[in-house]
Amino acid sequence: MSKKIGIVRFLGTNCDADVMKWVLGSGQQAEYLWYQDQFNIENFDQIIIPGGFSYGDYLRCGAMAARSPVMKSVSEFSKKGKPILGICNGFQILCEAGLLPGALIKNESLKFKDEWAELIVAEEKSFFGKQMKKKQTLKLPIAHGDGRYYNTGDGLKKLQDQDQIWLKYQKNPNGSLLDIAGITSESGNVFALMPHPERAVFQWMGSSDGVYFL
Amino acid sequence: MKFGIKIMPREVILDTQGRVVESYLVSQGFKIQNCRIGKFIEIDLQSDDKIEQKNEIEKMMLGGLYNPLTEKYEICDV
Repeated sequence: MSKKIGIVRFLGTNCDADVMKWVLGSGQQAEYLWYQDQFNIENFDQIIIPGGFSYGDYLRCGAMAARSPVMKSVSEFSKKGKPILGICNGFQILCEAGLLPGALIKNESLKFKDEWAELIVAEEKSFFGKQMKKKQTLKLPIAHGDGRYYNTGDGLKKLQDQDQIWLKYQKNPNGSLLDIAGITSESGNVFALMPHPERAVFQWMGSSDGVYFL
Repeated sequence: MKFGIKIMPREVILDTQGRVVESYLVSQGFKIQNCRIGKFIEIDLQSDDKIEQKNEIEKMMLGGLYNPLTEKYEICDV
């Protein structure tokens, strides 16, 4: 049976249509969720928070979006152990909402990085799509100005000890600590990454490794 | 009553912007020890009650106006 996926939209989200096409193309059902509304968590099997520039990236990336009404339902959804995937701005929002540890701050180079990234699967714990294997490499595009993962020394140790570091860059593009490209929550149901799997769906796009994420 | 909130990146955070400005200022011949860049928020509160104002500002800070993991803040008069 196909999954019903909720795609959260904020003012400034701009990868929502790509994610919708990706989800529908994979044979799943999907519905947009508006940032000012709460939703019935029973109606969805999975939530995706797509990329973009919610609230214009003002104050801090994801800061205001994380405190909007829809995120109350997302938090409730997470407490039930249901799967959530954050992509790019979605990763920043999940960190600001406290559903994932740490923060994403300005790239070390101060440059917006729009390029292909080679990733390595650090932990084999995905339940999305095709099963990833530990140490497997993936090719996905990145497009962000604030993708440098930061956490305290203790926070990073906790991530390592609890196998929460999900994806790493082979060549660090943004100064992210421990080359982190994606992490999971302690509870194991919240996943987020800075690269864009929805932009790598077919070989003609440059890679089809997005298939591992849906 | 107006308040200023100075928000600075924590010392442990590599502040690339501050470093770039620092090296620019050094290239201009200034003797610089350190330069860090943060942000300043000016808020005009309706309340005139000092305690209420302080509580309001603190609520705003805890409500997401700064990220305690990466930033620190201080309230300033403007």
